[in-house]
Amino acid sequence: MNIFRVSENTVIILFDQVIDADNFSVIKQCVRNIKTSVNDKWIADIIISYASIHITFNLLAVSGIDFTRALKLALLLSNGNDANNDNADKAESDQCSPSNTIEIPVYYGEEVALDLVHVANNANLTKEEVIAIHTSQIYDVYAIGFAPGFAYLGNVDTRIATARKPTPRQKVARGSVGIADQQTAIYPSESPGGWQIIGRTPIQLIDYNSANLTQFTAGDKVNFTAMSQAEYLQMGGEL
Amino acid sequence: MSLQVIKSGFLSLVQDYGRYGLQSIGVTNGGPLDEHAFLWANRLLGNDYNAPQIEVSYGAFSATFLDSTMMAICGADLSATVNDLAIKPWQSYTVHAGDTISFKAPVTGLRCYLAVKGGFTVAPTLGSCATVAREKLGGITQDGEKLVEGNLVKYFPQPHELTKRVPSSFVTGHSSEPQPSESTSQYPKKINLRFIPNTSVTSAGEEALHTFTQYPYKVTPHIDRMGYRLSGAVINTPLAGIISQGISLGSIQVPKDGQPIVLMRDRQTMGGYPLLGCIAYVDLAKFSQSLPGTELSFTPISVEAAEAELIVHKCFFGVAH
Repeated sequence: MNIFRVSENTVIILFDQVIDADNFSVIKQCVRNIKTSVNDKWIADIIISYASIHITFNLLAVSGIDFTRALKLALLLSNGNDANNDNADKAESDQCSPSNTIEIPVYYGEEVALDLVHVANNANLTKEEVIAIHTSQIYDVYAIGFAPGFAYLGNVDTRIATARKPTPRQKVARGSVGIADQQTAIYPSESPGGWQIIGRTPIQLIDYNSANLTQFTAGDKVNFTAMSQAEYLQMGGEL
Repeated sequence: MSLQVIKSGFLSLVQDYGRYGLQSIGVTNGGPLDEHAFLWANRLLGNDYNAPQIEVSYGAFSATFLDSTMMAICGADLSATVNDLAIKPWQSYTVHAGDTISFKAPVTGLRCYLAVKGGFTVAPTLGSCATVAREKLGGITQDGEKLVEGNLVKYFPQPHELTKRVPSSFVTGHSSEPQPSESTSQYPKKINLRFIPNTSVTSAGEEALHTFTQYPYKVTPHIDRMGYRLSGAVINTPLAGIISQGISLGSIQVPKDGQPIVLMRDRQTMGGYPLLGCIAYVDLAKFSQSLPGTELSFTPISVEAAEAELIVHKCFFGVAH
């Protein structure tokens, strides 16, 4: 990993430029170390992504040089841990600050799953098999961005990975669950979008009036469970 | 107790200094595109740096003060008038109940900041009243809507004081060359911008940087609060894309067509295009005022030099972070 000054008050830590769970667990460990060992008054904003950590620092509280030095120290700790860790230790350190696993109920019915047939045909599977594969996995929340609360989840099983739509939809309904290649995500609010829509959740993902704002943050884990139309409607879902 | 909007204009938005600390959940900063003009308007009135103002873009905005107060306008010359008498930016003015301020069309620059003493009283959403339409955040309705006819933007009436004017050396303060404040060329047709080059693996590459610094680029009509698109010599980069990562204010992206995009206050928090670097923060003010057709040249600056300038800028205006 390397630290780069991006602008006067931002730095980016770049990791191996690959999308995989092992790389991401290193990133999560680094974030934990940064949060515990760097003065939190220095950090104004942090954007975690698949292969990077972008940090805005408060340049009236710390100079770029001192902040970079503090980050280097924090990352040395992460490296040290990694070198000594075998898998058992890794599992243990994950347990020390466990990731939340959030269960998201999804209605996969045809009224809302606009592209489920396309995904199934493309994969040479039945709709039921696609749903079974989509719900069988626990996904990492790799990043939040694009829109407030929009979570990039991965990795989708290669059997159901499907390319984005050639032309994006003008409107994708709030709560829509989509697939784009090996990523899956939920649209937190109505917006344009090109992901293949395979279902919809009645859960509200972002609420500006709630103290938590979002259901999850980068580093959490998510799994999907299938729900019936009746359950979906009962939880306030719309068709 | 308020300013009543008579004509909404093209894009008139309530803005404070912006929304911070929420990029981790995808919420962008918002805030004034021309921070220099915004901060001067608050300073002229003795306001807190963060006091809410109205960012009037392009003009066609008019509004009536329902109570007397002190107000200031800074930034673009949008041929403003009070009760049909011309007024110039970079100055504070006394206004009486019933006075109507109008912004017609740009003479120079694009965005003018209208401030009142004490600031407009607008309830914050997520810690800020900065209006971001895409995120449905901020503004007087707290849902990202721009100002429309009939809106009442509240303020507390204030006694009249002596008017103040920004020293002329600061009006062009975007550059070190002093120009008379009467000059209409405060936002010239040709400007130089300094940028901090990207030296990481996400860089568009040496050849790209060479092209970018050797040829002039023009501001296109595709400019909004998210980003400004430029046109000029095609920038070739060996990278088709990068793994999406957090994006800084002023980042210069190179999409597939080789025409750079500079990301502004309402940018998405993450992006996946190769990056040339980042425009110096203090240079974004004059850049944000540049009309389509403005010719731009780019010179590298060290991050340390740019950092020192930004610290001076923030300290001068009493910005807290």
